[in-house]
Amino acid sequence: MQFDQILQYTLSGLSTGAIYALIGIGFSIIYNATGIINFAQGEFVMLGGLLTLSCLELLALPLWAAVPCAIAVSTVVGILFERLAIRPLKQPTPINLVIITIGGSILIRGLAMLVWGKDTHAIPAFSGDVPISVGGATILPQHLWILAITLVTICINKIYFYHTISGKAMRACSYNRRAAGLVGIDVRRMVLFSFIISSAMGAVAGIIVAPLTMTAYDVGVMLGLKGFCAAIIGGMSSGLSTVIGGLLLGVLESLGAGLISSGYKDAIAFIILLLILFIRPQGLFGKADSERV
Amino acid sequence: MNVKFTHYVIAAATLLFSSNVFAAAPIKIGALFAVTGPAAFLGEPERNSAKMVIDEINKAGGVKGRKLELIVYDTAGDATKAVQLATKLIKDDKVVAIIGPSTTGETMAVIPVAEKEQIPLISCSAGSKITDPIKKWVFKTAQNDALAVGRIYEYLQKTKQTSVSILTVSDGFGASGREQLKVQAAKYGITVVSDDTYGPKDTDMTAQLTKIRGTHSQAIICWGTNPGPAVIAKNARQLGIKTPLFMSHGVSSKKFIELAGEAAEGIKLPSGKVVVADLLANSDQQKKPLMAFVKDYQKHYKAEGDHFGGHAWDAVMLIRHAVENGADTATGIRDQLEKIKGFAGIGGSFNYSAQDHAGLAKDAFVLVEIKNKDWVIVK
Repeated sequence: MQFDQILQYTLSGLSTGAIYALIGIGFSIIYNATGIINFAQGEFVMLGGLLTLSCLELLALPLWAAVPCAIAVSTVVGILFERLAIRPLKQPTPINLVIITIGGSILIRGLAMLVWGKDTHAIPAFSGDVPISVGGATILPQHLWILAITLVTICINKIYFYHTISGKAMRACSYNRRAAGLVGIDVRRMVLFSFIISSAMGAVAGIIVAPLTMTAYDVGVMLGLKGFCAAIIGGMSSGLSTVIGGLLLGVLESLGAGLISSGYKDAIAFIILLLILFIRPQGLFGKADSERV
Repeated sequence: MNVKFTHYVIAAATLLFSSNVFAAAPIKIGALFAVTGPAAFLGEPERNSAKMVIDEINKAGGVKGRKLELIVYDTAGDATKAVQLATKLIKDDKVVAIIGPSTTGETMAVIPVAEKEQIPLISCSAGSKITDPIKKWVFKTAQNDALAVGRIYEYLQKTKQTSVSILTVSDGFGASGREQLKVQAAKYGITVVSDDTYGPKDTDMTAQLTKIRGTHSQAIICWGTNPGPAVIAKNARQLGIKTPLFMSHGVSSKKFIELAGEAAEGIKLPSGKVVVADLLANSDQQKKPLMAFVKDYQKHYKAEGDHFGGHAWDAVMLIRHAVENGADTATGIRDQLEKIKGFAGIGGSFNYSAQDHAGLAKDAFVLVEIKNKDWVIVK
């Protein structure tokens, strides 16, 4: 097995993994604020890609304008989703909420199918597709975009959660919703914020990956699941461990497909998911929670 | 006298009219297409084409004075649903023949029903096991994967390329292609040096292609339907792979060229003749029906007619052919179908017989190359 092959596997894995990480963080943010797994997260990824396509083709916007537009519209969908589906719920038990997010994801996917059709669509790369050679392996400019945008998004996230009042308030909610409410934090508003942030992040992931993988009304399902895996590996944290979880997943998938067998690529992701859930349910890097009695 | 005469005329007309109504009871044909769900890209054009042809036949006065009535059900690509709907078509709607289903899985599930109820089934799916071994009541119009594989291997043999890497999608279509690629290789003096797969929803195949690059094979054959092959084409370009890339007939639509963009240039694939209808020689028997189909589809649906629609078009036309030859019962249609020879349709020239219910030969496919975002026939 040659070095350049391993390098290629790793580089491909890292760029796929960065996408998983972005989606995974979206899962974690909502989980931390509300205690639910938002299974509609993948649909925001799909919306990001398809809305960019519409902005580019129907509105004939240039790419730099189409991207913020698509993120904005996806975010509005996220807000509507929270307002119309999550907030009105009389008995917000986790199981009810989870089922609602699954229903929401099916609804969004169905609407997307009606709007954009069942075909796959291609989006032009941000800055051409002349391959760049890196020590025997090759990557595309788009891969650099993915890695850079993921990095920037994560940094912004970090600053928001640790250095702003509303970010700190959201963290407070994730530690203890009731206590956060008692000290005067509007928990419901924080839930809305969490949906805004994660739908925007999902859309970003969908947009930057679309030139490579193309997009269709149903891309959200698999990407959403992989993002969920990343979040589980990272112990549902909205920080670095989910990022590492995503990258790890991407690299293992790629190495597995290259070195073992391509048939087991998806199996690898889900075996990791199961192993983590069985052996380290607190995530690969998390400390076990002590049960509060 | 005059009044009496008028009475006679009315009586005669009524009699004539009523008997006409009786004789002109429409011939009911059932159709099962996956109009929604994952196989909708097959079912939708199939339904559209079938409806279009039936309407046209009826507008032109039907077949031997009898109208054809098409009853379409949507299976959503679900084999269980397909079986239920097939039973419904036979028991409730009393159809004399069934067109479809769209996928091989559904067809295999429906076959026992058709066989038991003795209703001819003309499947629009490609799997070779549908008509191999032969089943008395089952025919198909989609070209066998084996024929497409044969086309590629024939070309490789001609250009003296003997080692190939195969990369197939892990669904029914890919599995069938993979099997044929491996089975037929030896016959053409070709060795399959590496055998990889990818998932239908995978978004990055550089890992598989890196592995393939390491094998130094002379050709790469990829078997899948959109969007996977477009990703593979892009990935191969990214990795700077210069090995000739072959695709399956599963991507012989403009959509693939659009998705793969620049990366599609130079890719060769076996294709039914629909996409190159205007490039065919005038001596080609299929040219006339192909041009008619493409134009009609464009007129009705403002979209390009494709192979999948063509399978349904062929199925309706074959039934019409059988009815023209005097069949109007299930048994009659079956027997007439089996006698059809040299019927030039969309998928190819059909020659059914008691030993062959697939009816097509290798000439159903042409090898095309993508040049300047369009198809060129490879001689």
